[in-house]
Amino acid sequence: MSELSHNHDVHHDHHEEEGPHSSFSGYMLGFMASVFLTAIPFWLVMGDVFSSRSTTVLIILAFALVQILVHMVYFLHMNFQSEGGWTMLSLIFTVILLFITLAGSLWVMHHMNVNMMPSMMSGGS
Amino acid sequence: MSHSTAMPAAEPGQFDFLVKGEHHVANGTLLGFWLYLMSDCLIFAALFATYGVLSQNYAGGPSGADLFDLPLVALNTSFLLFSSITYGFAMLQMQQRKLKGTMIWLAITGVFGAGFLGLELYEFYHLLHQGAGPQRSAFLSAFFTLVGTHGLHVCIGIIWLVTLLFQLRKHGLTTANRRRLFCLSMFWHFLDVVWIGVFTIVYLMGSLS
Amino acid sequence: MSDLSTLIFGRLSLDSIPFHDPILVATFVVAALGGIALLGALTYYKVWGYLWKEWFTSIDHKRIGVMYMILGLIMLLRGFADAIMMRIHQAMAFGEATGYLPPDHYDQIFTAHGVIMIFFVAMPFVVGLMNYIVPLQIGARDVAFPFLNNLSFWMTSAGAALIMISLFIGEFAKSGWLAYPPLTGILQSPGVGVDYYIWSLQIAGVGTLLSGINFVVTIVKMRAPGMNMMKMPIFTWTALCTNILIVAAFPVLTAVMTLLSLDRYLDMNFFTNDLGGNAMMYVNLIWIWGHPEVYILILPIFGVFSEIVSTYSGKRLFGYSSMVYATLVITILSYLVWLHHFFTMGSGATVNSFFGITTMIISIPTGAKIFNWLFTMYRGRIQFEVPMLWTIGFMITFVIGGMTGVLLAVPPADFVLHNSLFLIAHFHNVIIGGVVFGTFAAITFWYPKVTGYKLEPFWGKVSFWCWFIGFYLAFMPLYMLGFMGVTRRMSHFDDPSLQIWFQIALGGAVLIGAGIIAFLVQLYVSYKRRDSLRDETGDPWGGRTLEWSTSSPPPKYNFAFTPRVYDLDAWWHMKSNGFKRATDGFMPIHMPKNTAAGMVISGLSAAFGFAMVWHMWLIGGLAFAALMIAIIAHTFNYKRDYYIPAEEVALVEAQRTEVAA
Repeated sequence: MSELSHNHDVHHDHHEEEGPHSSFSGYMLGFMASVFLTAIPFWLVMGDVFSSRSTTVLIILAFALVQILVHMVYFLHMNFQSEGGWTMLSLIFTVILLFITLAGSLWVMHHMNVNMMPSMMSGGS
Repeated sequence: MSHSTAMPAAEPGQFDFLVKGEHHVANGTLLGFWLYLMSDCLIFAALFATYGVLSQNYAGGPSGADLFDLPLVALNTSFLLFSSITYGFAMLQMQQRKLKGTMIWLAITGVFGAGFLGLELYEFYHLLHQGAGPQRSAFLSAFFTLVGTHGLHVCIGIIWLVTLLFQLRKHGLTTANRRRLFCLSMFWHFLDVVWIGVFTIVYLMGSLS
Repeated sequence: MSDLSTLIFGRLSLDSIPFHDPILVATFVVAALGGIALLGALTYYKVWGYLWKEWFTSIDHKRIGVMYMILGLIMLLRGFADAIMMRIHQAMAFGEATGYLPPDHYDQIFTAHGVIMIFFVAMPFVVGLMNYIVPLQIGARDVAFPFLNNLSFWMTSAGAALIMISLFIGEFAKSGWLAYPPLTGILQSPGVGVDYYIWSLQIAGVGTLLSGINFVVTIVKMRAPGMNMMKMPIFTWTALCTNILIVAAFPVLTAVMTLLSLDRYLDMNFFTNDLGGNAMMYVNLIWIWGHPEVYILILPIFGVFSEIVSTYSGKRLFGYSSMVYATLVITILSYLVWLHHFFTMGSGATVNSFFGITTMIISIPTGAKIFNWLFTMYRGRIQFEVPMLWTIGFMITFVIGGMTGVLLAVPPADFVLHNSLFLIAHFHNVIIGGVVFGTFAAITFWYPKVTGYKLEPFWGKVSFWCWFIGFYLAFMPLYMLGFMGVTRRMSHFDDPSLQIWFQIALGGAVLIGAGIIAFLVQLYVSYKRRDSLRDETGDPWGGRTLEWSTSSPPPKYNFAFTPRVYDLDAWWHMKSNGFKRATDGFMPIHMPKNTAAGMVISGLSAAFGFAMVWHMWLIGGLAFAALMIAIIAHTFNYKRDYYIPAEEVALVEAQRTEVAA
């Protein structure tokens, strides 16, 4: 087997640009949105704005979800076409499993704690 | 004689069965790295789940409301967010094939990342000093492990970033290096996504009494 | 001075070597002599260079696949030795007789048996099969990341090596194969056993995860032109779903093992009894990994049987689409059943009912597969080769095991049977009936492709019947014992009426042992008679998928020209439509170079793991630093490929055209 040290860059530069395309406006939009979506939750908690804890929790969770989406779209360039749709498919699958792991564990462990650890009942979500 | 009792009857073909020219196989690195990130996401899922289950188990010790320094966390968060945008600028430079610009913005990203880590180490040191280390309670074990794992990832990202700087200096913006920049970009932004979960669920929710 | 020796040796000392245990001493002597003999022979025949270049540093998926199978086979012998030791002991240990194994030795044996069989026998077999076959079936020349593939193999081997070392230096865990805390916490297991367990799994787990990513990308991106998803061979489909499960499940194992090691090494409180720890969370998390794991083991085997049944029936697989959907459904549902492994832990009726129902639902797609195999065979022209024997054995045995699984899925029934010998019988029923029978079927089916000659059928039949009858003799008594209330992992019994069942089970185990020996004999005899068993055509069974279009064994580059696919069962379609081998127009073929990086990284990982087990912090730190340096240094290697010249390709292809004519 002879070994050719072939410079593949000459070869591959003929192909289209691999990877997603970025734009300055995209990054700036994402950045500004993220700043807003971060500042508000911090303000809500540090400023003790709502008396109800659950209202605050719901709002900051919602803001977190939106900011994650912003990062996905503007920084990670998530779209339905990338890698023939496999990027999106694997993300959706992962998110489903994340949900099952989180919700499933919380649900199961709450019941376990109630039934099996009465002394810890100040704890357990 | 082969054992193939069930041989199909062969008809002369109208099919072109072989790719005669050079067959370029699509490069799988970006998809592969994305899948690795998905698996990393599930490690964090397990750690978040553990935190969720154990987060109220203070064992008579301090809670998040007692310990968390939200202004510090806000500063940390801004460092990480800035580092995301500076990496974005590095990618824009790369798109225009500007090696020097890419390397400069990459270095600035690394500085922000190091700042984030520095602040986090300071926070951890402060907590340990107060007797609120990971050994104190299950809540603190979960806290240190979740936040610490994220920090470890940032640390690895910085090492990778520095390594890439050397490789960029040596080889320039070759196809392989551009691919590596894309991968590190995904990694870096992913860490910021995880941090959104961390500051919301751990710090903000933990500070609410 | 003693501070220095603690710094270097940690808690390792001469006392760590179990000189007091005659069984271990004898095992070591035999292993050492055997090892020296092997190394001596390799040196004498001067094959080190060949092994290094053609096997150890190879990034060729075919070589790596074979190495995985060899690893699995070696570890099968070790895991089976553990099994036969347990069977002998349990057949003896009644009343005043205490058996020949002290309890803490017995506990290590059942723990090692489980860990080895799942992680170092079943996983390597399944991964090895996918490694060899998938790229060939999709018309590719290798996997997406050949270097990572080599690394994955050596990381798995490093994990296996750590467990083997624990036999002779220190001890192994005594906790059962899933190592539940608080028993495995630092207070109740302060020794090295659990640490060996943790590091072995963490290291092997990295290899497995990387392999999962590798194969998903390979199947998604490297299929031959024209092979859309619904034209993929069914084995490739099951491989895809298996690797998706690997990528999705193994991170959870990594996380849980990390949490346990943080409890043990840094005194944290995830699973401790005090300071807020919750050991039930470990059980919850480990089974979130554990249930998908068993589907990782069985799905490729379902794919194997689909290929075997359709090939030897001379018919397209019945209900291909429904097989694909069934596989996808199983993949997703496998994440919704995990709690059935701990119905008795106390989550209550609502939670138990939910998971009981999902568990029953997941049996349905598997049932559909059985019907599809039967319908494929119906009205086919069946070649009753040895793989078909294994297939029929599988269908009967696996269905019985599946039925006992559905029985256990009913929470009130499980309350009685959980952790009894009924459970042990159930999972051995499905794993042996499924994974083991399937592996032997697959080995026999694809052996000619890999080696160029078929396996001698006589010894294959002997092996099958010994395994089949042996399995029933070994495990049916266990179902009965389970119904009678006998608990698992017991090393002594008081009720003498139970003894006869254990003795029958021992007879079954011995028969299985004979089956293993018959398989080894088969390998040897087939090698000696290989010229009369030669496969000249590359297609000894009338195959349907692309791997059968290559020579036996295939050339290094698999395909001189990438095939173009038009239909399911691509090779069958080619044969039916006048496919002619190419005789000219060959081009240089782009190939990845060999690498030693995989061995280096894995060796350093193993050293790091060993050091961490024994608290040898200095050496551990150095090993870790060296590991980081090795990984980073490897990334500076940009020259990882070469071209096979067109003339060489032409020569190889011409030789094959001549032979096949």
